[in-house]
Amino acid sequence: MKTTATVLAVGALVASIGLAGVVTARAADQTLLNVSYDPTRELYEEFNVAFAKHWNETTGNTVTIEQSHGGSGKQAQAVIDGLQADVVTLALEGDINAIAEKAGLFNADWRGELANNSTPYTSTIVFLVRKGNPKAISDWGDLIKDGVEVITPNPKTSGGARWNYLAAWAWSNQANGGDEAKNIEFIKALYGHVPVLDTGARGSTVTFAQKELGDVLLAWENEAFLVLDEFGADNFDVVYPPSSILAEPPVTVVDKNAEAHGTAELAKAYLEYLYSPEGQTIAAKNHYRPSDPAAVTDPALLEAFPKIDLISIDDPLFGGWATAQPKHFGDGGIFDQIYTPQG
Amino acid sequence: MVVSPAHPAKAGWTFVKPSVVPGFGLTFGYTLLYLSLIVLIPIIGLFLKAAQVPLEDIVRIATAPRTLNALRVSFGASFIAALVNIVFGLIVAWVLVRYKFPGRRLMDAVVDLPFALPTAVAGIALSTLYAPKGWIGWLVSANGPLHLDWKIAYTPTGIVIALIFIGLPFVVRTVQPVLEEFEAELEEAAATLGANRWQTISMVILPRLMPAILTGFSLAFARAVGEYGSVIFIAGNLPNVSEIAPVLIVIKLEEFDQAGAAVIAGIMLVIAFVMLFVINLIQAWARRRFGDV
Repeated sequence: MKTTATVLAVGALVASIGLAGVVTARAADQTLLNVSYDPTRELYEEFNVAFAKHWNETTGNTVTIEQSHGGSGKQAQAVIDGLQADVVTLALEGDINAIAEKAGLFNADWRGELANNSTPYTSTIVFLVRKGNPKAISDWGDLIKDGVEVITPNPKTSGGARWNYLAAWAWSNQANGGDEAKNIEFIKALYGHVPVLDTGARGSTVTFAQKELGDVLLAWENEAFLVLDEFGADNFDVVYPPSSILAEPPVTVVDKNAEAHGTAELAKAYLEYLYSPEGQTIAAKNHYRPSDPAAVTDPALLEAFPKIDLISIDDPLFGGWATAQPKHFGDGGIFDQIYTPQG
Repeated sequence: MVVSPAHPAKAGWTFVKPSVVPGFGLTFGYTLLYLSLIVLIPIIGLFLKAAQVPLEDIVRIATAPRTLNALRVSFGASFIAALVNIVFGLIVAWVLVRYKFPGRRLMDAVVDLPFALPTAVAGIALSTLYAPKGWIGWLVSANGPLHLDWKIAYTPTGIVIALIFIGLPFVVRTVQPVLEEFEAELEEAAATLGANRWQTISMVILPRLMPAILTGFSLAFARAVGEYGSVIFIAGNLPNVSEIAPVLIVIKLEEFDQAGAAVIAGIMLVIAFVMLFVINLIQAWARRRFGDV
């Protein structure tokens, strides 16, 4: 990571020298670094091409967009340590908050700067099962049936896994009438059915799809469809539980970096374009739920998203990330407690 | 690293030894600077970071059952893997040195592969092979033709396998050059003096190899303790069962708790240092006992 940061820093330096050289030229050539998390790779590959074309058509300038992907928390740490991101598009609000708090690269109230709490697309957690659903898994309660093996990454090291955990918690809370002790019991039973705790979402996907371990993978909606594309739709089925979590991966401009690179305007336009009809359509095509469905140009894309009950992290049950993070995933939090040996 | 008095006759030490090659000051200064930049300063930084944590928190982190279990898994698996490696690494080195056969050079090159392969690739390859549906994992699983019901991947056994893989070249490459120096006459002399084969191995060959074997052991062990990339793919990472200490460090870092991570790293470093120091003492004893090889 350090070497990547150095290479990028040198790259940015070279680019800015180059930029100074062509300042007199008619069209400016700019570089933008988007630091994102693992499963958005395909989404941004497509979106970047579309945005570069749009930017060229409206301003006459050309832009090269670089993408960096990795675990959401690690990516945030890299930006804090000096990775020169112009924009960050991470899995968790908490990770972006950490950049604001620890490095002060932008205002703490960044969530208000773009529409829909700076969340251009949302996602949810679904079940991926073996073809024909041999273990008959249809709801969260089925995950702790005898003989069911669940594949999910470690919520301590994976942003996506925290959504998995919270979705399970929300279901249990409803099923048990809000009894927290029973929720903890359910979560404990659930993780008792997990034979492998991978450190990242992609690791779990490989464990389930390629190494054929486990009966059900708790996965991002887009990741589940990616597996169907990648490993064949005749091996797996996507199962939508009646209720799940509303995962809101937010985006923001890293103001200080963008100002230093002279890309502030470009970075803002880049993120705003995510909300445009084209941006929303590309999100839907990549199985992310558009925040503004009316903007999607192809209504058939929207039919791929079944309506299920989605509970938000801002629901009183969780009280937002600032409350939920330390309570569930902090040092000594509930997730740590379920793995503390008794006695 | 080696603390053995290689020349016990010259007791006491002198700072500058008369030498025909000039430049002591320059090389000594360079050594100090180099070691400081590459090794000492980062390690001092690590301990300074850990020192920011109040003592009671250090004790709490160090004595948490989960930390203790992770340290046990890390050091235990590394120790077993290094032991396995000195047995089989010795055999590999012996075959490579003593026998001429087609493909020997190829096999010799293969030994270095674990050095060159990105550890994540090794981890994914091994876990794919040893997973219950993988080639080897299936053979020994309950469904396999052998009906053994052995689980390798996603258990501590899997960790040991990964650590054996990355540690193998260390033992082979330290023992091999020593074996190459061996005169076959020694073994012949032992035989003419009436030693049987086992006596030749245990009283002539092994003692002379001992220092090299111990060096290989400590290198393989030290490398295994710090290994992360390959292990996380095959370990299963279940807390208290198959979670290694480096994973705990990563967890702390994910919580943006660099000081907590430094505490665990510092604990690992101290344990590793003590163990390597003890091995060095044994090595020094072995050199005195069996002679410098």
